[in-house]
Amino acid sequence: MPNNMESDLNRFRKIVKGKIKQELRRFVANGELIGRQGKKSISIPLPRIDLPHFQFGNGEGGGVGQGQGEVGDEVGQGQGQPQPGKGEAGEGEGQHTLEVDVSLEELASLLSEELELPNIENKGKKNVENKKYKYTGIVNRGPESLRHFKKTYREALKRTISIGKYDPANPMVIPIKEDKRYRSYKIYNEPVANAVIVYMMDVSGSMGDEQKEIVRLTSFWLDTWLQSQYAGLERRYIIHDATAREVDQNTFYRTRESGGTLISSAYRMALKILEDHYPPQEWNVYLFHFSDGDNWSGNDTNECLKMLESDIMPRANLFCYGQVESRYGSGQFLRDLQKHFGENNPKLTLAQIKDRDAIMDALKTFLGKGK
Amino acid sequence: MYVNTQLPPELADAVSHLEEVARNAGLDFFPTIFELVDYNQLAEIASYGGFPTRYPHWKFGMEFDKISKSYEYGLSIIYEMVINNNPCYAYLLRANSMVYQKTVIAHVFGHCDFFKNNYYFSKTNRKMLDQMANHATFVRRAINEIGQDTVESFLDVCLSLENLIDITTPYRAPITATVKDGLGADQALHVSKIETKGYLDSYVNPKDFLAAQKDRMEKEQRRTKNFPENPERDVLKFLIDHAPVSSWQKKILEIIRDESYYFAPQGQTKILNEGWATYWHSMMMTRLSPLHESEIVDYCDHYAGVVAAAPGSINPYKIGVELLRHIERRWDRGQFGLEYLNCDDPKKRAEWDTKAGLGRKKIFEVRRFHNDLTFIDEFLDEDFCHQHKMFLYDYDRKTGKQIISSREFKPVKQKLLQQLTNFGQPIISVVDGNFKNRGELLLRHEHNGEDLKQDFTMETLRNIHKVWARPVYLETVIEEVKRRVSFDGKNHDIEKI
Repeated sequence: MPNNMESDLNRFRKIVKGKIKQELRRFVANGELIGRQGKKSISIPLPRIDLPHFQFGNGEGGGVGQGQGEVGDEVGQGQGQPQPGKGEAGEGEGQHTLEVDVSLEELASLLSEELELPNIENKGKKNVENKKYKYTGIVNRGPESLRHFKKTYREALKRTISIGKYDPANPMVIPIKEDKRYRSYKIYNEPVANAVIVYMMDVSGSMGDEQKEIVRLTSFWLDTWLQSQYAGLERRYIIHDATAREVDQNTFYRTRESGGTLISSAYRMALKILEDHYPPQEWNVYLFHFSDGDNWSGNDTNECLKMLESDIMPRANLFCYGQVESRYGSGQFLRDLQKHFGENNPKLTLAQIKDRDAIMDALKTFLGKGK
Repeated sequence: MYVNTQLPPELADAVSHLEEVARNAGLDFFPTIFELVDYNQLAEIASYGGFPTRYPHWKFGMEFDKISKSYEYGLSIIYEMVINNNPCYAYLLRANSMVYQKTVIAHVFGHCDFFKNNYYFSKTNRKMLDQMANHATFVRRAINEIGQDTVESFLDVCLSLENLIDITTPYRAPITATVKDGLGADQALHVSKIETKGYLDSYVNPKDFLAAQKDRMEKEQRRTKNFPENPERDVLKFLIDHAPVSSWQKKILEIIRDESYYFAPQGQTKILNEGWATYWHSMMMTRLSPLHESEIVDYCDHYAGVVAAAPGSINPYKIGVELLRHIERRWDRGQFGLEYLNCDDPKKRAEWDTKAGLGRKKIFEVRRFHNDLTFIDEFLDEDFCHQHKMFLYDYDRKTGKQIISSREFKPVKQKLLQQLTNFGQPIISVVDGNFKNRGELLLRHEHNGEDLKQDFTMETLRNIHKVWARPVYLETVIEEVKRRVSFDGKNHDIEKI
């Protein structure tokens, strides 16, 4: 058996992976993946690596076929029949895309390679774990309710054959006590959730669909990354205009409100959630706030800054503020934050997300600190 | 080589029995070695084009990925594989039932006979198994000495040019270089006069005629100074001889060229070869060594799958075997010759039977002398075209669908022949290796109605540039306008000519 295939295959996979990496930026920007978020892995249609040749253009060329149909009818797409192939290299053009399954974890690691993200320093109770029972094993003792029918009869059959009593004409097999097999469980430790993300989004009238889409994409990638870093992850969603309310994920992405903007309302709500459910000693807390930065009044901004400084920041690993650019330009809030906290506050990151292409850079800014 | 599997006795019996049946039927083949492999191994061998030892390259990995995935998802199965070598090697899939094994064995003998006797295979290297292993050794050594990335990138380049060969080369007498050196330039330009008496000379050999002759010869000489003298369709050969590449690169180009020539006959005889093998496996399974009645339904099921016609394409197994049977029937009934061909009465034609009985002899002749192109050209007639419901389809821009555009015999056949010309590859030749007198390379595409795939053309030019190291040009036709596409190392350009 030559082992060459393995190395050729690895080589191919490596090239494909490189291809994914190059394509990643495109994926990030156009959000192809989000629709499939529910699944554990994602099929990414990959271009088969085609070596270019001088060859005839395809698609529109037409050809010769065989079968029923009048002139003017559409050519039916033939179901692929299994056919004996033959050793002829270069035969079989076939499909031009190849689906490569990439799990979310792999995606996250590709992302981190691409963005050179540091791993996050965990804090809180590392060792808090839940016990979970899974029925995976087989033993020969146990309650009848867990008896494994098939395995039991297989044992009985084996025994009957080995003592020479098996009669193919009258294949009767009766299990005795020694034949019986039972399912058994194993205990798995499952780490409990120890990180929480609070997403806050400004849904005031000035936030258009495009702005929300940007928020949506950014949050997806933040989620993917943090998911890979924590065994358990909880998410809370807050939307706000002049008042704030907590919503589920779905609503978070779809709501369109109108009205003014009071950012402090969202912070107040976030603080309440944190105080009620997530003691900072046990939880890694992440807050992401997206807005166009057009706060209603200077007074409110001051209140926000105060709240951030005295209550929210001490509890959080990271507070990120992403300012998207709305139709009316971008607001003042980013600058206010910058002025108040300075450039190098360890717990605060600020990013301006002008358009979709800026998402990658925003992610890098948000997560680059490894907090 | 794979572990030479000892075939289980019943399979070994089947092989020796069917071999005898095949030989008695007149098939003639190299010794054939069968090996029993599991699907993974088969997928592996198939990915390497049938050869267990090939040079390392990711494209084989890609092929393997595709084949094994198609198998996992039940999209397609390879039942059998056989390689043109002496001895022939054939692989049987362990998981196949006995009926399939027998069918496959019979099918394989058909292929082996074809490999040995078809003219287009007559120039292939029958020790290709060893040759491929030698190639692999060279590439591995190059990788060790020069580094994988460098060698692999160069292989990518070469593989992108692999179809630029002249498939007629092996069947022509080698052109010996005409002796020109040693003759002085004056002598070469000497215009011969007709000998005559002095006073007649100016009449028999008028001055202006001599001048015209001299002029013509000069032109001719200038023309022969073209480089290459005549357009060279073996672009790879031209590059090997004249491109400024290092010795290992040259060797790799030679390897790719060598393997292309080896595989070319298979591309040229797909329909005939598969038709021939299918004809014989069907003949053996149902007439010469009939299967047991308990097996026949399984066999028919399998056969139906093999010759199933997919609407959007031509199944070579089906067209091949049906056309061979068509020929056999015609020659059995004497439906050939001038008298038959001139007969216009369809009823008379249909009932034409001189009891000539030459069918079997004729198809043996066909398998010896024909390739797909000549096979279709000579034998696919109007009756066959209608009988097998062949049609021409085209892309309809309005609906974006493939639409049946004609059931007429002529256009169908024409399209089919066009697709088979030059084993389905565009005809490209080197016209000038010293284009613009600046050592640039000019290629020409002989346009036969279908344009080249444009993005690929650009990329391929880029690859040729990597070998030639000077600007490269390709004359072709894009949307009915003659154009010259070029790449100068930095930029692509398309100009009208």
